[in-house]
Amino acid sequence: MSDEEMMEGGVQKKFCYVNRTAPYGTVYALEALEVVLIGAAFEQDVSVVFMDDGVFQLAKGQDTAGIGMKNFSPTYRALEMYDVEKLYVSKESLEERGLSEDDLLVDVEVKTAAEIRDLMEEQDVLLTF
Amino acid sequence: MKFTIQVNEGPYTHQASDTAYNFATAALAAGHEIYRVFFYHDGVNNATRLTTPPQDDRNVINRWSELAAKHSLDLVVCVAAAQRRGIADADEARRNGKNADNIAPGFRISGLGQLIEGGIQADRLVVFGD
Amino acid sequence: MLHTVNKSPFQKNTFESCIKHAAKGSAVLLIEDGVYAALKGTSVSAEVQQAMGDITFYALEPDVNARGLKGKVMDGVNLVDYAGFVDLTVKFDRVQSWL
Repeated sequence: MSDEEMMEGGVQKKFCYVNRTAPYGTVYALEALEVVLIGAAFEQDVSVVFMDDGVFQLAKGQDTAGIGMKNFSPTYRALEMYDVEKLYVSKESLEERGLSEDDLLVDVEVKTAAEIRDLMEEQDVLLTF
Repeated sequence: MKFTIQVNEGPYTHQASDTAYNFATAALAAGHEIYRVFFYHDGVNNATRLTTPPQDDRNVINRWSELAAKHSLDLVVCVAAAQRRGIADADEARRNGKNADNIAPGFRISGLGQLIEGGIQADRLVVFGD
Repeated sequence: MLHTVNKSPFQKNTFESCIKHAAKGSAVLLIEDGVYAALKGTSVSAEVQQAMGDITFYALEPDVNARGLKGKVMDGVNLVDYAGFVDLTVKFDRVQSWL
C-alpha cells in the first residue's frame, strides 16, 4: 500500500452532496451523480441531500427519448449497491413542487429544513450542485 | 491551513474562475497551502491554452498557469468532464484518436477521485461555480 | 459554518434557501451577484435584517464596488476583501458554497 492509500484509509470524513438543480436543463445533476459514484469508492461517510429543484432529479417516469439525452435516473436506484444509502429529501421542497414521497423513484428519508440544517452542521465536506 | 478549491465554470462567461483565482492568491499571500485546485463541469475550459482574450482584458488561463508555476500548485482537470468538452493533453489526444491537444501549462488531467481526495486531505474545500 | 451565496436574490432562490438552512451562529458571505442581497431598501432587506439576529452577514467589497453599490449596503453587513474571505473560511470549520 502506498503512503497516499494509507493516509486515505486512515481518514474518514463526512461528505455531504447537496443537489439543488433539476436534471437535463443543465449538466449539474448528472455530473453530481458521477461525483457521488466515484466518491463511494473512498469509503467516506456519505449523505446525499435533494432540495429545491434537486428533488426533480428523483421524479418517477423520466423519459428522455424525445430530447436525445441519456435518462440517468435509474442510476439513483443503483446508489444502494455503492453503499450510498443516506438519501435525504427536503419536505418543504417537495411540497412547494406538489410532490410527495410516492412520486420519487427511490427510497428516501424526508427531512424538514431544520433537520437538513442540523445534518449539514454535522458534515466535514459539503459539495453543492 | 490546507485548502482544496473547486472551480465549476469556464472563464469569461461566469465570474467563478476569477473569484477562485482571487481567493487562491489571497490564501497564498496569507501563508496558507493550496493542496489542489480541481476543475469540474465547464470549469475544465479554464485549461485550454488556445484562448486569445483581447489585450485589455485579463488572461484567465495564463493567470492560473503562472500562479501554478510560482507556487507549485496542483491544477487538476476532471478527465470525464474534459473529454466531453474537448480539453485534452497529449496522452488523452492519442488515446482518443484526436490530432491535437490543447491543455495549458501547469494543468493535468485526472479522475474525479482527485476531488474527493482533495476534500479528504484539505482542511477546507471551497467551491466556486454557478 | 460559513455559507457563501453568489446569486442575486431577485433572480434565484439560492439566498432564501441558504438563510432557511443556516444555523444560529453561522455566517453568510455574499459574493459575485450575491452582493445584491446586501442592498438597502429592497424587497429582501427586511428578510436580511431579520436574519441578522442569528447570522452574521458579510459582503465581498470588491464585488460590491464593481457593481456600483458602494455606500448602498445596509447597516450590519460587514464588508471584507479577498483576504477577509480567506480569514472567514479559516475561522469557521466548514464552508457551504451555495451555487
